[in-house]
Amino acid sequence: MLRVYLDHMATTPVAKEVLNEMLPYLENRFGNPSRAYDLGFEAMDAIDKARERVAGLINAEPEEIIFTSSGAEANNLAVHGLANANKTRGKHLVSSLIEHHSTLNSLRWLQKQGFVVSFAGVDRHGEVDLNQIEKSTGKATVLVSVMLANYEVGTIQPVKEIVEIAHEKGALVHVDAVAAAGNIEIDVKALGVDALSISSHTMYGPKGAGALYLRGGLRLVPLIYSGVQEEGLRGGTENVPAIAGFGKAAEMAEKGLGEIERVRWLRDMLVESVLEIEDTELTGHSEKRLPNHASFIVDYIDGEALMQALSFEGVYIGNGTACISQVLRASPVLIAMGYPSRRAQSSAVFSFGRINTKREIEYAIDRFYLAVKKLRKISPFAR
Amino acid sequence: MAEIKFVSGIRADATEDVVFRMCPMHLMRTEDRMKELKKGQILEVITDYEGSLNDIPEWCRKTGNELIGVDDNGEFFKFYIRKTSD
Repeated sequence: MLRVYLDHMATTPVAKEVLNEMLPYLENRFGNPSRAYDLGFEAMDAIDKARERVAGLINAEPEEIIFTSSGAEANNLAVHGLANANKTRGKHLVSSLIEHHSTLNSLRWLQKQGFVVSFAGVDRHGEVDLNQIEKSTGKATVLVSVMLANYEVGTIQPVKEIVEIAHEKGALVHVDAVAAAGNIEIDVKALGVDALSISSHTMYGPKGAGALYLRGGLRLVPLIYSGVQEEGLRGGTENVPAIAGFGKAAEMAEKGLGEIERVRWLRDMLVESVLEIEDTELTGHSEKRLPNHASFIVDYIDGEALMQALSFEGVYIGNGTACISQVLRASPVLIAMGYPSRRAQSSAVFSFGRINTKREIEYAIDRFYLAVKKLRKISPFAR
Repeated sequence: MAEIKFVSGIRADATEDVVFRMCPMHLMRTEDRMKELKKGQILEVITDYEGSLNDIPEWCRKTGNELIGVDDNGEFFKFYIRKTSD
């Protein structure tokens, strides 16, 4: 049986080159980077090299990169850290209804600490309502946090416009770019953002490493207290193997963006085939979306059941953000986009990677047709 | 604890902002930044860390740099250090 992995939004396999970069730091080069002897220096050199590579991917300066344990930690650090660092100026935050849980739950915690948060809505295509961002951003707003691209529907947000609105009112902008990194070009200087989160494991790096870009000169309150690590902004002995692997993955992503057109072609092929099935709808924006992302509502079918049925055939897809699909049946993102609850339970998300081939996609389409047919046959809602 | 002079309105040649950065960044960054300054120039170090009231005077004493004083009128401490030798 062929195994076709089409859930690159959830995670990606570790590239061979990345693994090779990591191995010495799991074997002989095990030193603590804070130690002033050769074993420590070579570990610190690995971190420095990774920092340069990660900075290169997003056009940042190396000293603007703070390594974290994950994209979620980077989002937590940005939201908590920037809100608390600026709370004497104001206690108002702006975000959107379709953010990742690491951002949403950080904001909810801050609400309990006395911050006021405005959540902007999105349109039918999952694009954040700029009017709502503009209306809710005021003098007391210290931070606007939005994602660059959405995990579930692939929509790319108008970040540049959001930055213009926020900066005019004196607010900082944090962007969650975990879903976007490695799939579209990211230039922190061109976007004008103040902070930006990325993750290693969604771009062929290992799990256990993420990064927050923090524009030079900005203050940030740490989340994890210790000492000198990450210039005193993130404590804990560095995960050297994962960071080294993350660096290699970032370098490869920069070069690998050239392959995205082939991935886009595969994606388009699948979209065309899926939409030939009756009662299916592409969710998210048809153009302003990640080139490796296709998401649908497949009416009369439970998204979780479809995901599982396909996995038995060796085809792995998603049905929303990985961490919520286990507990919530309906996607909050689709609800925010205006879909009724029953339809929002029928979500199927395909996210492609550079490992995918035409043959794999043809196989996945074939299995998808069969699974939909089978599940609709037993669905109490199907016509 | 060494005696500290409280000052205001000092004009510095360079600023090192270590607000919210964990100890010992107030010393590490001060040391690094001082290397870039010339003899006679003044470094301003901004920090929220109360331990700096002990550490920075002590660091100045050890390194022979002159602690002009600290400005505590704002939200954070601002230390002024004059470099005494190249």
